[in-house]
Amino acid sequence: MNVESNIDVRKAIEIINKYPNEKRYTLAILQDVQKEFGFIPSEIMGVVSEYLSLPLSDIYSIATFYKALSLKAKGKNIIKVCNGTACHIRGSNKLMEEVTELLNISPGETTDDGLFSIEIVNCLGACALAPVMVINGKYYGSMTKEKAKTIIDEYKGASVNE
Amino acid sequence: MSNDNESRKKILVCCGTGCIANNSYDVYLKFKDKLKDTEISVEPLIKATGCNGLCEKGPVVKIMPDEISYFKVSVNDVDEIVEKTIINGETIEKLLYFDTNEKKRIRFHKDATFYKHQHKIALRNIGEIDPLSIEDYTEREGYEALKKVLFQMKPEEVIKEIELSELRGRGGAGFPTGSKWRTCSRYDNFPKYVVCNGDEGDPGAFMDRSVMEGDPNTVIEGMVICGYAIDSHRGFLYIRDEYELARKNMQMAIDNARKNGYLGNNILNSGFDFDLEIVRGGGAFVCGESSALMASIEGNVGEPRAKYIRSVEKGLWNQPTVLNNVETWANIPPIILHGSNWFKTIGIEKNSGTKVFSLVGKVKNTGLVEVPMGTKLSTLVFDIGGGIIKDRPFKAVQTGGPSGGCIPKEHLDISLDFDSLSNIGSMMGSGGVIVMDDTTCMVDLARYYMEFLSEESCGKCTTCREGINTMLKILTNITEGKGELDDLDLLINLGETITDASLCGLGKTAPNPVLTTIQYFKDEYIDHIVNKKCTAGVCKNLTSYYIEKDICIGCGLCKRKCPADAIQGTAKEPHFINMEKCVKCGTCYNLCPTGAIKIGGAK
Repeated sequence: MNVESNIDVRKAIEIINKYPNEKRYTLAILQDVQKEFGFIPSEIMGVVSEYLSLPLSDIYSIATFYKALSLKAKGKNIIKVCNGTACHIRGSNKLMEEVTELLNISPGETTDDGLFSIEIVNCLGACALAPVMVINGKYYGSMTKEKAKTIIDEYKGASVNE
Repeated sequence: MSNDNESRKKILVCCGTGCIANNSYDVYLKFKDKLKDTEISVEPLIKATGCNGLCEKGPVVKIMPDEISYFKVSVNDVDEIVEKTIINGETIEKLLYFDTNEKKRIRFHKDATFYKHQHKIALRNIGEIDPLSIEDYTEREGYEALKKVLFQMKPEEVIKEIELSELRGRGGAGFPTGSKWRTCSRYDNFPKYVVCNGDEGDPGAFMDRSVMEGDPNTVIEGMVICGYAIDSHRGFLYIRDEYELARKNMQMAIDNARKNGYLGNNILNSGFDFDLEIVRGGGAFVCGESSALMASIEGNVGEPRAKYIRSVEKGLWNQPTVLNNVETWANIPPIILHGSNWFKTIGIEKNSGTKVFSLVGKVKNTGLVEVPMGTKLSTLVFDIGGGIIKDRPFKAVQTGGPSGGCIPKEHLDISLDFDSLSNIGSMMGSGGVIVMDDTTCMVDLARYYMEFLSEESCGKCTTCREGINTMLKILTNITEGKGELDDLDLLINLGETITDASLCGLGKTAPNPVLTTIQYFKDEYIDHIVNKKCTAGVCKNLTSYYIEKDICIGCGLCKRKCPADAIQGTAKEPHFINMEKCVKCGTCYNLCPTGAIKIGGAK
């Protein structure tokens, strides 16, 4: 629970207060929380539940239903490998194998140094460029194993220099 | 518009997601820089536009009014384009589109086979305008339909016009749009809502993304018109979590439309109020289902409900609601402006207008295309798409996403419309067309879809939650060489049960990819189960490679490129593969210049 004790609750309250206390903003609030902290910390779920006057179980079910939200902390760089149909038939499996081998983690996991997370996603809507990989929102199209290595090395290099 | 303005050159740089991935934004900035430093008598306009469709050949740069299109433009090409094309009016041959059908470079955009067969209604402005400029939109008849509606038509007349156009919902099911509006307008229960389904989740489809990114105002205009017709004053756009640029452009367009009096209170001084807001999706495929989408807007988990009461009566917050898909909304303004008779001249009976398809997979020209309904599948794949990559044999196309089916070679002449597609077990869906060649394994594809749907099932209905999972297990067994012949009957049985007993579209259509592949590609299943062989070379347990001695010329290419050092042989002598070392990556198979490497069964 070390990670969670570092949560800046005031920051979360700032986010929450931007929204009217209506149920329909639950997902939007949680998405902003996810963006700020990289995951949904359990104590923040409690704060959201109080603010919206909704049972904690409702907040929990939303936080676990939607893929955009995660209860586990994610890495600094989020690599999304697309496995939509167009990418699948153009060899996204091989791309996935290469990325998991390079970082030595499975999809859904985060590297020990907290630098990378890998996610498999179903279609990013850039099918004409299949197979596609997205890192922190930047699209990389027509991916090959070689390109994956070069790109990931760049991110590793950039993180070392910081 | 003055003459001066007409002769003024325009440089349109495509900045859709596809082209941006190929650094088109840097190209755009470089043009701006270059033009600042260059002395030109009439300075050209430079615009960042939405998607041109031919994403794979991006970044796309169009020079108007010359109508010259350049493809795969890099930052280094900018100097040359400005000096040669902009200043001297010369064409740069090497940047022109290479037409694989005609085997030559094409100067004019509209002459390319990729564009020649197309007819643009929903995509009419995309690639032509700056999506963030409301002036660009109004210059091309934008908001004229809204003015016509507000000042010349009664709500009843608007609905009548949409009914007469026979427009059917472009989201997949093909329900008549006019009749949806008509039913909703009859309920005197207020407030009513207008919803745009922008939760485009079908893998392989991205037309809605393109419309929202490239022409957001047409969606707004369509929705306001509907609001006026059914007496609603509030609308929601539910946009997929993954579509950041679409959300950004839509939001900016909404803000601008409000500033310019096209949204908000007293629109264009007509006395009619209507406003819109964006709701960001949470990354759940099932939220593309209308009742799940509404649950999600309300702040609930996105689970569908039974629809014995339709959402036109009780939809969002149990109020009458019209929900249409992005592409449907984009069709509304042209229908109002040019009339239902004009719209019905395009397409075929009961399927009027056009449909946007995303043509992807193993086809030469991948991208977005808009064709009249009733266009033949073969035209789409071979004329517009330019045929199969490396001219390999065509195997099938998959339409309708995870809910659709696979269409084999014998149906290549099928007419692309709602009814013909469902007659052969597939469906239009949102319009993803995924082309497959002989290196696509149909059993693996069916397994892929079951994996996708088992993750995306919301879990409410047992048949969907457990049934899809069981189908996935059986299919995984078959692809691993552990299948039995009885499995096929079991799959069909399970599939029919899931279709019968699930609540929403996701579950009801989930077995389609499995059922149609069994129907049309039973031989492939039997190859996997009995002969333990995957002829496409996809299922690793059922694949081995060998070199046909008589064909091998001993060039050594495969030996050099093999990542596992599994290929041996001396130059100019036939080589052979050591299967103990082979990792079955298929590199040699794809590289061999003479086709000497063959696929065998399990070893």
